[in-house]
Amino acid sequence: MDVKAVPKKLGLKEKYRHLTRGLGWEPSYQTREALFPYAGYEGIRIHDWDRWEDPFRLTMDAYWKYQAEKERKFYAVIDAHAQNNGHLNITDARYLSALKIFLQAISPGEYAAHRGFARVGREFPGVGTQVACQMQAIDEIRHAQTQIHALSNYNRYYHGFHAFADARDRIWYTSVARSFFDDAMSAGPFEFMIAIGFSFEYVLTNLLFVPFMSGAAYNGDMATVTFGFSAQSDEARHMTLGLECIKFMLEQDPANVPIVQRWFDKWFWRGFRVLGLVSTMMDYMLPKRVMSWREAWEIYGVENGGALFADLARYGIRPPAGWEDAGKAIDHMSHQFMLGLYQWSFGTSFHSWIPSEEEMDWLAEKYPTTFERWYRPRWDHLRKLAAAGTPFKNFGLAKLCQCCQLPVVFTEPDDPTLSCHRELEYKQEKYHFCSDHCLRIFEDEAEKYVQAWLPMPQLFQAPLNGDVGAWMAWVGLKDGLDNGDFAGSPDQRNFEQWRRNATRNHREGEAQ
Amino acid sequence: MSVTARKPYIGVPRDSVANFNGRQIVYVSWDHHLLFASPFLICIEPQASFRELLQGPIAALIQADPDAAAIDWSMVEWLKSNRPWTPDPARSLSDNGIGHKDQIRFRTRGHNSLLPEASGTS
Repeated sequence: MDVKAVPKKLGLKEKYRHLTRGLGWEPSYQTREALFPYAGYEGIRIHDWDRWEDPFRLTMDAYWKYQAEKERKFYAVIDAHAQNNGHLNITDARYLSALKIFLQAISPGEYAAHRGFARVGREFPGVGTQVACQMQAIDEIRHAQTQIHALSNYNRYYHGFHAFADARDRIWYTSVARSFFDDAMSAGPFEFMIAIGFSFEYVLTNLLFVPFMSGAAYNGDMATVTFGFSAQSDEARHMTLGLECIKFMLEQDPANVPIVQRWFDKWFWRGFRVLGLVSTMMDYMLPKRVMSWREAWEIYGVENGGALFADLARYGIRPPAGWEDAGKAIDHMSHQFMLGLYQWSFGTSFHSWIPSEEEMDWLAEKYPTTFERWYRPRWDHLRKLAAAGTPFKNFGLAKLCQCCQLPVVFTEPDDPTLSCHRELEYKQEKYHFCSDHCLRIFEDEAEKYVQAWLPMPQLFQAPLNGDVGAWMAWVGLKDGLDNGDFAGSPDQRNFEQWRRNATRNHREGEAQ
Repeated sequence: MSVTARKPYIGVPRDSVANFNGRQIVYVSWDHHLLFASPFLICIEPQASFRELLQGPIAALIQADPDAAAIDWSMVEWLKSNRPWTPDPARSLSDNGIGHKDQIRFRTRGHNSLLPEASGTS
């Protein structure tokens, strides 16, 4: 009698099928609607969840193996960086401001994305989708952890890193990134996928990670380069998931197209606003620049974005509504942000500064139509005030946008001399916006955005009631250490001293 | 639609005037004077006179602009909610119709030191 040979191992494809389709079951004593109560209320119609294709077809055991290998490599480099005083290899301690903003605003976003994907993995009825979301949820928490670990070494030497978790919850500028993720997490599962999976991971992530990681490499920051590498292969998977998700929605039912378009418009603009701070990092905060924000936008925004929009046109999707205004803002935004950060630096847990003459010449070359004409006179004036011993501090707090929560530093799309004023009244309350696009987002879901926790107005309410000292204690900001102009800061002094000590004998009386 | 939700949903605004201990928020900006990165947020009693707002917080906040000392306040043009409007300096903010979170703007026609191209515009 012949005994049928049983293959010892399943092939990858079979494994994937068992893990996804094989694990899904039909409910017997509950309705599908009761099992997946959030799948329908956004209006997205899905007829066949099996049409969902995960191009990676990654199974859990393979996933653990890859990730464990990456973790081993990552921590080996981080240990070496710590043991060899890697922090002294950076170009200049000004570079650290970019890291501080990243740690306070973006790393918590990774954690938020983890929570969001864990949630939507439960809420989607399709098994392939559930598995892909589960893996991304684990990726995102790993990213938050590796970033915090990589940067914790800098916290041993420099100010502004120590209270990043409090800063995430409480300090004014982080509310920009926080509100972005809160907005996504309080939306339904499909909108969440457009917000994070598509707009953030697919359309905009290159503008964040590529300049940031090349910036780190250019400026000698091995720790950040290492977490960038460790996250890179995950990001490729996330981008694919985001793109797959939008195509799946668009292919399932034509009625989905206008809903997806509205989210596309909304989340492009929200992402563009959050990533605006990257423009400042690229143009001002990297002592050794990689490329200008304008150049990065040309490559990652115009070229890549343009190709994507052309690809989606066959589904009836047009470029996002804010696309044209975004293009008009490119040559202005980094200057507008940095001028703001400088004058409000008494309230930031990182340092700002006036660019040097040489740096301003670089800006003039990179922004030939705007910098000399509109922005250099302001920097010249600020330099004069600082030289006279009366550096400008703007104690008038900022008007914030009710939607993106950024200070309204923006000018009219077609007039760089005039602030952009947009307002509306809803249920007898006034609300202000930075742009037509943020106003439009509010109008669509006013009941959501009236609840925005705007840090500036909150300062004047209980329990702080306008007490700036109490506010600093509450957000974990140490006055004179974490904040203010880089020139004359303890970070500047210490870095220069330590670097000098690395090549010369220590002299009595010098700072340690 | 006011929000995408599974059931009726009403949000509670966080910045209602009742939360400001008898004061209110007024946003103020000087058109074409962008040394100040954003409109100012000022928290002030609605009983304060418009002149007090002008000579107190506004005068203090705009000092850093080289054109500030040359302002002739009697010639300044005002806007409220982006529409032309004439305040009475002697009367209170509330008598002038300045409510909670109102945005007022002013324009000066003289030389603009930091944005020369905007000189004389309004």
